[in-house]
Amino acid sequence: MLEVENIDVKYGKIHIIRSVSLKVNSGAFVSIVGSNGAGKSTILKTISGILRPTSGKITFLGDEISLISPHEIVGKGISHIPEGRKLFWSLSVLENLELGAYTQRARGKKDENIKRSFELFPILSDRKKQLSGTLSGGEQQMLAIARGLMGDPTLLLLDEPSLGLAPVLAKETIRVVKRINKDGKTILLVEQNVRHALENSDRAYVLENGMITMEGGGAELLSNKDVKTAYLGL
Amino acid sequence: MPEIIQVIVGGLLIGGMFSFIAIGLNVVFGVMEIVNFAHGSIVMLGMYFAYWLSVLFHVDPYIAIFLGVPVFFIFGVCVQKILINRVLNAPPINQFLLTLGLMLFLDNLALLLWKPDYRTIKMSYTASVINIGGIDISITRLVAFGIMLASVTILQQFLTKTYLGKAIRATADDREGASLVGINVPRVYLFTFGLSSALAGIAGIAIIPFFYVFPYVGVHFVITAYIVVVLGGLGRFTGALIGGLIIGASESLAGLYLYGSLKMVVPLVIFIGVLLFRPSGIFAGK
Repeated sequence: MLEVENIDVKYGKIHIIRSVSLKVNSGAFVSIVGSNGAGKSTILKTISGILRPTSGKITFLGDEISLISPHEIVGKGISHIPEGRKLFWSLSVLENLELGAYTQRARGKKDENIKRSFELFPILSDRKKQLSGTLSGGEQQMLAIARGLMGDPTLLLLDEPSLGLAPVLAKETIRVVKRINKDGKTILLVEQNVRHALENSDRAYVLENGMITMEGGGAELLSNKDVKTAYLGL
Repeated sequence: MPEIIQVIVGGLLIGGMFSFIAIGLNVVFGVMEIVNFAHGSIVMLGMYFAYWLSVLFHVDPYIAIFLGVPVFFIFGVCVQKILINRVLNAPPINQFLLTLGLMLFLDNLALLLWKPDYRTIKMSYTASVINIGGIDISITRLVAFGIMLASVTILQQFLTKTYLGKAIRATADDREGASLVGINVPRVYLFTFGLSSALAGIAGIAIIPFFYVFPYVGVHFVITAYIVVVLGGLGRFTGALIGGLIIGASESLAGLYLYGSLKMVVPLVIFIGVLLFRPSGIFAGK
């Protein structure tokens, strides 16, 4: 479904991503893990169009999307739920959800998807008139995910959804993501919590200093000796 | 006593104009974080627009407003596309220099085309005064205030009740978040700048019946507008509204007790005071 071929990404002169290739098949749950600063967020931002690769190609459902603008990429069915959530803080929960359906593809299903969001996250329904800036961290994360789903995507990019959340909430968040995957959405997850990510993934990539150093099945990497010492403290 | 009230009311009416201009400025600053020094010059162009329509084609300024809206909207869109867009991601100093340069360009273009003469238009109702509760109020100033209230209300309804309006506010809250839900941010910027320019044009057209236009009148407006904006808090609309009224009323009161243009000192003193003691504006709560 998504194919990233040999991309390089730079911030000005600084080379962040080098020759990264990855593949996400339809319906799969794929993770990118690695320590802070490895470049995981950068990869997602390049896929969603916020950044551009300086070389290489990104294809989605057969179309090349390497250089098109973010709002067009959303229109093709990719929703990026960014690190830091980036909610519209002066607007209410409901308004954030409504804006999530801004694209043509999503507008027709707006009401249906709002209902779905409230089913998935009942607490958002309770708080639907509340300003999103006043929600707790966990609630904001839920809203961010729900808003991303409002775009009616086929592929969901999640950037560190459990960041800053208490362990109980972090676990709950990953559970919700797994459920979304079971409901039919393809997931590309970026996570610092390596265990959570690998436990749930079909495939995973390990990113170090902007390069892929390992790839394989989730369970396979979980039992890998190097992964265990480097990331799982074992 | 009644003279003071008369003066305060007069000051509030003119203050409403400052509010109007400041709100137009805030629209651009809130969404694009650009400080547009040329905003006052667009007001000046609005004034000349109504002036020439009146003198050459006998168009009443209050009719000219309807023509002005699309004209100035398109003007703003062009300015954004050709100039402002280039400095959106540049350091603030570059943005200041560009809008300052635009201001100088527009002001001097007006000087070249229309000479430094002070001009105003005289309609049949120019000198009309209405008496409300013992206070004499000039009709043209009252109508201008009404236009301001109507425009600001329409703007507020647009921003809070329409989908596009909310998309603009979303872009102001988080530019990246907005593009990630599919909002075409570059297009929002074009619209926003056009909107701000239209507001400036309307303000100019509303003012010309009782104010003199000359090429550099924009400078006075933009400086006062910035004082209002600082007073009310940058990006805050109600702040700009109330701030304008305060500046207008205090400048007017000062005129009662101080000689000639010494009264202009008062807004500047307020400006410095706010910067020293409450830099985020008197209404800043967050």
